[in-house]
Amino acid sequence: MTILGKDLIGLAGLTREQITTILDVAEPLKAISERAIKKVPTLRGMTVVNLFFEPSTRTRISFEFAEKRMSADTVNVAAAASSVSKGETLVDTARNLEAMRIDMVVIRHPASGAARFLAERIESNVINAGDGTHEHPTQGLLDLLTLRDKLGSLDGKRICIVGDVLHSRVARSNIWGLQAMGAEVAVCGPRSLLPNAIREMGVQVFDRIEAAIEWADALNVLRLQLERMQLGYIPSLREYNRIFGVTRARLERAPRDLLILHPGPMNRGVEIDSDVADGPHSVILHQVTNGVAVRMAVLYLLAGNKASLADVAKGGAA
Amino acid sequence: MSAPLLLTGGRIVDPAQGMDAVGDLLIIDGKIASVGGTIQGPDGARRVDCSGLVVSPGMIDVHVHLREPGREEVETVASGAHAAAAGGFTAVAAMPNTKPVTDNQAMVGFVKRQGEAAGFARVYPYGAISVGQMGETLAEFGEMVAAGAVAVSDDGRPVENSHLMRTALEYAQTFGIPVVEHCEVMSLAHGGSMHEGVISARLGLKGIPSEAEEIDVMRCILLAKLTGGHIHLCHLSSKGSVELVRWGKDQGVNVTAEVCSHHISLTHEAVEGYDTNAKMNPPLRTQRDVEALQQGLKDGTIDLLVTDHAPHHYDEKEREFADAPNGIVGLETALGVNVTWLLESGVLTLSQLVDRMACLPAKVFHLPGGTLAKGSIGDVTVFDPSREWTVDPARFKSKGRNTPYGGRKLRGQAVRTIVGGRIVFELNG
Amino acid sequence: MADEILELNDGTDGLVLVGIHRRGVQIAERLAEVIREREGIDIPRGALDITLYRDDLQTVGPRPVVGKTVLPVPIDGMVVVIVDDVLYTGRTIRAALDELADFGRPARIMLAVLVDRGGRELPIQPDVVGKQVEVGTGGRVDVCVLALDGRDEVVVTGVGSGA
Repeated sequence: MTILGKDLIGLAGLTREQITTILDVAEPLKAISERAIKKVPTLRGMTVVNLFFEPSTRTRISFEFAEKRMSADTVNVAAAASSVSKGETLVDTARNLEAMRIDMVVIRHPASGAARFLAERIESNVINAGDGTHEHPTQGLLDLLTLRDKLGSLDGKRICIVGDVLHSRVARSNIWGLQAMGAEVAVCGPRSLLPNAIREMGVQVFDRIEAAIEWADALNVLRLQLERMQLGYIPSLREYNRIFGVTRARLERAPRDLLILHPGPMNRGVEIDSDVADGPHSVILHQVTNGVAVRMAVLYLLAGNKASLADVAKGGAA
Repeated sequence: MSAPLLLTGGRIVDPAQGMDAVGDLLIIDGKIASVGGTIQGPDGARRVDCSGLVVSPGMIDVHVHLREPGREEVETVASGAHAAAAGGFTAVAAMPNTKPVTDNQAMVGFVKRQGEAAGFARVYPYGAISVGQMGETLAEFGEMVAAGAVAVSDDGRPVENSHLMRTALEYAQTFGIPVVEHCEVMSLAHGGSMHEGVISARLGLKGIPSEAEEIDVMRCILLAKLTGGHIHLCHLSSKGSVELVRWGKDQGVNVTAEVCSHHISLTHEAVEGYDTNAKMNPPLRTQRDVEALQQGLKDGTIDLLVTDHAPHHYDEKEREFADAPNGIVGLETALGVNVTWLLESGVLTLSQLVDRMACLPAKVFHLPGGTLAKGSIGDVTVFDPSREWTVDPARFKSKGRNTPYGGRKLRGQAVRTIVGGRIVFELNG
Repeated sequence: MADEILELNDGTDGLVLVGIHRRGVQIAERLAEVIREREGIDIPRGALDITLYRDDLQTVGPRPVVGKTVLPVPIDGMVVVIVDDVLYTGRTIRAALDELADFGRPARIMLAVLVDRGGRELPIQPDVVGKQVEVGTGGRVDVCVLALDGRDEVVVTGVGSGA
């Protein structure tokens, strides 16, 4: 059996052993990006399509670096998300790509479940680079790797995810990944931006950022999508910053040194203040560096894996 | 007129007459001529052995979407009526959310004629409550009823304007028809694609809370109380809705309610894996809701069972969950699902099941049939409640294949469907 | 083996020992110890993990875990001695040569192996050999080293006809 199945759709359902293996493989791969010749021949001859139905600079570039450093041939496809009435459907796009004999697809799509939908319909390996408000597993993995680098083991460590959990695929991947690795997970944010069923997901809820800071070993501060205000989830960005913003003044009252993570891109002065983002607690750039290594590890572990009979019976892959 | 039809040796279950006994049934000139005991048919009568089978009043599904006119590639009145017959239904009532909307006498007449021409199950048209189902102007109930409409509804969407709903409830009384509401508060349900709960939170899908239905259920009951009109509530899906209807009936409000076969059998767990065949509106909810709906059917709070048969082209469902259309086909699985989840599990007796699928639909919607009493129309369902079969969507008579029951084993299947004394469906083998 | 290496190199100048994961690393360490005792000089040692350079990744089943490649000094102009436990098909050494090329341009690359079991599939020859054994394709050669296996031993099983 392979360590991962055919695809990486999410961290939900991955075991501690599987996640540990991915992180362990990522560890030596970090060094490749430090070499003068930043390239290994591992995926030579493989074709990877970065199929992005949503604009993304950071994730796409990180995947592209990872693919190129593993010697895969990459093609970037920036597709408009299919609307119900016009445009090529996702399944047609997928079949067309596969007809061109590709090996892997990295997909970013605004609809939850789109990555799994694709994975169930093509033989190529599929890596979810973010589907709607569902999961963003490689972001979750790079967060785990960063936390492991800084905290050692994640067992019993307290991680609080701050902000718009309701609409965040990063939050979901973090929750499942952290829980699998033995960490305690909490969320903090306005109740209008937390799922009603959040406690059933096994996480604590903090209504006050001060309480979260007192409790946590690390804060993963989510980006607040500016349209949330227009849609009426919160009254104003100003009030959000005053109540939930991660500020230096608040961090100075923390009982212990906190790590500050942020998946980017940041809204400075909204969810996070500049002096925190650029300050000593921040591991944000470390996350970006780890992102490439984690994605190289996932590419390496998935390449060429076929759907197992067990996966087919389940009607999909892990 | 077809030859006289004599069904022999079946278990005749007719709750309308309190009948449950093995006997014969004779239909002459499209009407029930004699029922019960041993009947010597007239010369030339066609004899059909029904021993080991249940003979019941024809089953009626008062909530189907036949898509004609407008989406004939998805379903037509004929293909839908054929599917109905294959599922054991002798009559269906077709919702008016066609393209264009069935909101005038000409359209109502068209649907009715298409049904008659098809010659399978009877097709009773609905008229829209508002012109174009736009929720603004009352449609012409009187002319639509004269053309054959049996009820009015804006199904597919609610009548959001409470004044319009009040007026509809008042005006409909003139013609003795129920006003049928799709209960939903749109601003709460907006953008949602499944039940709001732990599974929607996990899958990252926007949820539709039960309250989006319940608030409208309460509003409609209160408006029916105010006006004395007959409100019939569509496809109830939540425990809270059952409780509100129970309250309304206790208050003496003229409220009736229906539940879909899928809501008494499946939960939101069916959505795991983003199965678009588990996407419908209202959505599948929790086990608690399923049990409350079953209980509501048993104690009579919920009057009747429907399918909300909603065919879609296969590639419309073959897409991202949030973008996929709502609804599933149900006509050819409903009897099996209802027997499997309600009869086999002991929630309903056989007589109660027939009551909820045949008698009460006729009674609530003032339709012919619903009984095998002498002189009533010769609409009969002959079914085998213990026959086990596997759902194979490829064999559906409906053009739709979108079902969450594909590959499932069900118990209970129609063997013969008889409309006006004519066998319109017979199970092979 | 240590003597031969020094002989071939005319001493310890510019010498780097690079062991191949995992047992090659241990053997390189032992060679360095011997050289330290003889010459009183500590030669730089590195480790090479060739997993990412293998030509059979699509066929090996479970994806092997990747180890760390560490080269202590820039290898440009140096004499690099690749050290491994068993030389068989030569494919590992091919991978190691490719990997070293990504790190620089040594003046010379030599190959030292504890056991040469024959059966080469590529034109690769060792410069220094601890022991030559002819083992058929069905046979196995297992090298045990103290640090990893608790004992020093070379086990040959299923000795064939020499192919």
